[in-house]
Amino acid sequence: MSDTPQIVMDERVKQISPMRRAMIRPELGGIVGTIAVFVFFGLFAFDSGMFNSQGIMNWSVVSAQFMIIAVGACLLMIAGEFDLSVGSMIGFAGMMIAIFGVTLGWPMWVAILVTFALCIAIGALNGFIVVRTGLPSFIVTLAFLFILRGFTIFLPQVIERKTIIGGIREAAEGDWLAALFGGTIGKGFFTWMGEAGIIATFERGTRAGEPVVNGIPMLIVWALGLVVVGHVLLTRTRFGNWIFAAGGDTEAARNSGVPVNRVKITMFMFTAFCATVFAACQVMEFGSAGADRGLLKEFEAIIAVVIGGALLTGGYGSVIGAALGALIFGVVQQGLFFAGVESSLFRVFLGMILLFAVILNTYIRRIITGER
Amino acid sequence: MTQPLIQMKNIEKHFGSVIALAGVSVDIHAGECHCLLGDNGAGKSTFIKTLSGVHKPTKGEILFEGRDMHFADPRDAIAAGIATVHQHLAMIPLMSVSRNFFMGNEPVRKIGPFAFFDHDLANRVTMQEMEKMGIVLRGPDQAVGTLSGGERQTVAIARAVHFGARVLILDEPTSALGVRQTANVLATIDKVRKQGVAVVFITHNVRHAMAVGDRFTVLNRGRTYGTAKRGEITPEELQDMMAGGQELATLESSLGSTV
Repeated sequence: MSDTPQIVMDERVKQISPMRRAMIRPELGGIVGTIAVFVFFGLFAFDSGMFNSQGIMNWSVVSAQFMIIAVGACLLMIAGEFDLSVGSMIGFAGMMIAIFGVTLGWPMWVAILVTFALCIAIGALNGFIVVRTGLPSFIVTLAFLFILRGFTIFLPQVIERKTIIGGIREAAEGDWLAALFGGTIGKGFFTWMGEAGIIATFERGTRAGEPVVNGIPMLIVWALGLVVVGHVLLTRTRFGNWIFAAGGDTEAARNSGVPVNRVKITMFMFTAFCATVFAACQVMEFGSAGADRGLLKEFEAIIAVVIGGALLTGGYGSVIGAALGALIFGVVQQGLFFAGVESSLFRVFLGMILLFAVILNTYIRRIITGER
Repeated sequence: MTQPLIQMKNIEKHFGSVIALAGVSVDIHAGECHCLLGDNGAGKSTFIKTLSGVHKPTKGEILFEGRDMHFADPRDAIAAGIATVHQHLAMIPLMSVSRNFFMGNEPVRKIGPFAFFDHDLANRVTMQEMEKMGIVLRGPDQAVGTLSGGERQTVAIARAVHFGARVLILDEPTSALGVRQTANVLATIDKVRKQGVAVVFITHNVRHAMAVGDRFTVLNRGRTYGTAKRGEITPEELQDMMAGGQELATLESSLGSTV
């Protein structure tokens, strides 16, 4: 074994303590923020009902909404692109489900599947234009932000002479696919918890004895499912490596044989898929589709992703971090309401968290890449 | 005399009215380092792009192990074992060494119908290969951004060889490096050559070429002045040929032969 090269530690490479090493990860900002937010509201809003079953369900649903679109935005951002059309896509997808399912009277499962196909195709078109023209995705998807929003307002006015189409819940009654987006699971468990006195139950009225929260909405199941799938895809598959590579350096990735264009277009399609899941859950919950649904959601998704530690320039980030970012978002938005704080201060709070997260992330990236 | 691995015969490449290569002939042998020298604009880039399948030659033929070779695109060339290591465009700084090493060639392990990135295997192989090349890593998850320029070139070379490169094209691997790092890269070239890989080393630095080269070809204005073997030519002669002789000779006398 005399010819094996002697391993000599370079005297100029400092040893990094295990503590510091454990801290250098994209999720750090998200973890710190999550703890801070829960401590804060635990101290100031504990007695407000924020942490009983109804309160938990309240902020969980809002967080889950953010999570669904944040997973798509996260993977796309790591692949080096943005999608500003997410919010408009949510409005458009909801409106399409309503037009197909209510106005045209198609079976709800057909309406949902056709809407998914249509929206994913639009996502693919977004991606195709970006990789073909080499234009910044910022501009291309900004165009689609207006195009899709325009159609979302135009179509229902022409067809129904109004901007909100209702009657979706009635049309979806008993539909197997609609139940995947609008239903709840774990009813038996919640009934048991209500009977055992763990969670609150209605005390009078027709539903007396039933738990106030009677199951986990499918929205939350979708959110958690997408987070798990997104995380495994990104960190444990070869496609995940290609996502990092495509966003890290397009040319270097191409030189190594990574199909960069395919990766980027697929991520645009996935983002569109997430937006459509959001829309499907929303129209099933509200029973109607409105032309103004999903406004500003693209920015909220991007903020959640950035709080979660992803770099705006691509090539670095974490789905778990983005999910934590979405959780912070939801808890703060609903928590301020519970704490009795003027809700307009939410934006101030949000801006400050965003700024803090970006500064922290820049610092972490410098440590990782050894930049100075 | 063994058969050359690659024979390029009278390669011409025209871009519209511009003649980038005007009849270049080069033989590349396995286990040898073939230095391709030339000043800026001599046609080096066009030459390696032709060899690596990016450009199709306008005229002339390329023989790979004696057989006529036509590449539709660079992927064909990579599949045939011709790998190019670009000066800057090889590694992704934000990704770990292990992820970079296996970029585009990720090992997978099947669990049921799903194929997962085999991180254990990737990390183990990366550490072994880095150790062979004499690079000390804190761990396979260390980001490439923390490596020096020379180490990045070495990782890129090790990666190409690990994935079966038989011809390795190095595009100015030493041009942006310090003295010590350059020495490391030259040592890497020597190791790779001893494994039987044909190395095409593109440079405009005569001293770097003389340090490891077995054969030397000088490109000037799209033409070659033939190929010299090691010991048949002096650094001064190479330098003269690169600059087109005359002008540099006059320049050199006025500068006191420091160029």
